[in-house]
Amino acid sequence: MILSTPAQIRDLLARVRTIAMVGASSNALRPSYTVFSYLRTQTPYDVAPINPTLTEIDGIEAYPTLAAYAKQRGAPDVVDVFRKPSEVVGVVNDAIAAGARAIWFQYGVINDEAIALADRAGFDVVVDRCMKVEHARFCGGLSTSGLNSGLITSRRPLV
Amino acid sequence: MQHEHRFGFATRAIHAGTPPDPATGSRAAPIYQTAAYVFGSTEQAAELFALRSYGYIYSRISNPTVAAFEERMASLEGGLGAIAFSSGLAAQLCTILSLAQAGDHLVCAQNVYGGTVTQLSVTVKRMGIDTTFISAENPDAARAAIGAKTKFLFVETIGNPSGIVADLRAFAAIAHEAGIPLVVDNTFATPYLCRPIELGADIVLHSATKFINGHGTAIGGVLIESGKFPWGNGRFPLLDTPSPGYHGKVFTETFGEYAFLMRARAEVSRDVGAAMSPMDAWLMLLGLETLELRMDRHVRNARAVVDFLRNRPEVAWVREPQMGSVFTFGLVGGREAGRRFIDALELWSHLANIGDAKSLVIHPASTTHSQLSDEELRLAGVEPESIRLSVGLEEIDDLLWDLDNGLRAAVVSP
Repeated sequence: MILSTPAQIRDLLARVRTIAMVGASSNALRPSYTVFSYLRTQTPYDVAPINPTLTEIDGIEAYPTLAAYAKQRGAPDVVDVFRKPSEVVGVVNDAIAAGARAIWFQYGVINDEAIALADRAGFDVVVDRCMKVEHARFCGGLSTSGLNSGLITSRRPLV
Repeated sequence: MQHEHRFGFATRAIHAGTPPDPATGSRAAPIYQTAAYVFGSTEQAAELFALRSYGYIYSRISNPTVAAFEERMASLEGGLGAIAFSSGLAAQLCTILSLAQAGDHLVCAQNVYGGTVTQLSVTVKRMGIDTTFISAENPDAARAAIGAKTKFLFVETIGNPSGIVADLRAFAAIAHEAGIPLVVDNTFATPYLCRPIELGADIVLHSATKFINGHGTAIGGVLIESGKFPWGNGRFPLLDTPSPGYHGKVFTETFGEYAFLMRARAEVSRDVGAAMSPMDAWLMLLGLETLELRMDRHVRNARAVVDFLRNRPEVAWVREPQMGSVFTFGLVGGREAGRRFIDALELWSHLANIGDAKSLVIHPASTTHSQLSDEELRLAGVEPESIRLSVGLEEIDDLLWDLDNGLRAAVVSP
């Protein structure tokens, strides 16, 4: 299913624990590093880079492929994709083989064939959204920057 | 398919941006009167400075009370986010500096606030950014004025003080056709009467000093961005090429739809240093809670004042407001009669502001628009004898009683 409402995305973020980040970079200027570093330092998620050119990022072991990750760690709860749109059909096939149940295509990673493939495989699919931004929306991060979280509540937040 | 409950305008004007304080449970927004924030660790500090995590560093860049006001404004205007400033002109300058640099060009309606005309045609021009002024009543003139270096088209929803209501849909279509954003000053209308983003605008500006504050107690400004403009379309190198102001970060690549807001705050607002203060943000938040109630009464009182003036022989003309509660009129006897009228008023305050709970009066040609030439005044829709009223929230009978005294004094030669 393609997740489109804030509530659906919030529920996905609330139930996942392990994240395999395909295309994570160790270059601090790259968006993927920004998201990797945020997820590693600001959230309780267990995030791992999938990148055949790296052995680790900031002390976190990198895996060359999703298959290598799955062999050692089991199926990731969600695969977060930072790759060229033309290359992501293969990533979806790898995610299916790795036993993942959800896939997240970051900003600009839009490939209709890959989206349809993941949807047909029964995945929860998020398209053209940033995992860092969506996490921050529900944890108060966006609000610190004057960004519209869309949240209205008179309940005291859990600290 | 899940359906989310959508909260209405009045609810968001009271609640958006202000859930109970996470630290104390305080239901009213706390005033975080602090300059800086202690870091949890050196790693957390580095993550914050590198824009990889969210949080507070220094109140010139962001502050929890100010952020609450920003989020509420973003909610009310239907935007992605907002940035508050120490004044409306500061919000405007930071918008310009976020999109344009020396050699670039802007197109602006000529009937805008006199201070805006001066900012663009004197100060911003000195920085190498030229502006072409066009009629707010003729969107086609904007199309002809937009060139290869034009970075945005700027109009006021309701011209100050001409009262001309701009055709925002038409201006948005012309701007988007050229690949540039439409920037709209929505000060006179407020998001209760008009939401420019719903009509195609990309950036909305306010002097928050006016109806948003509502009580004349603080100076402030705010910009709101829709998040819908394609900043990576090749016309905005400040956003889609490596930024020397942020160690080579490409904002469109890292922040997607948040590229403009992130750069405008982390670089431009940081470097300009015109932040809103926490105390002023708190006054703005308090003002917004009653925006809808106040605007309804502002408009009702303004309607009654227009009807009253229309029926008076001392009044030569009334430029009836199509929207809002600020408008101009002229007296038989012109400028001299206007001077006697203003001097005779007891309840209406003679000052340079609008949007206060208190009723206000001014002669624009000798005050708010005094830097403009006669030709600029004519193009701005300001006659030499125009008197501008900002109709407040007092008892209408008292407002009319005072105007009656003023009109009687106006026709009596001293």
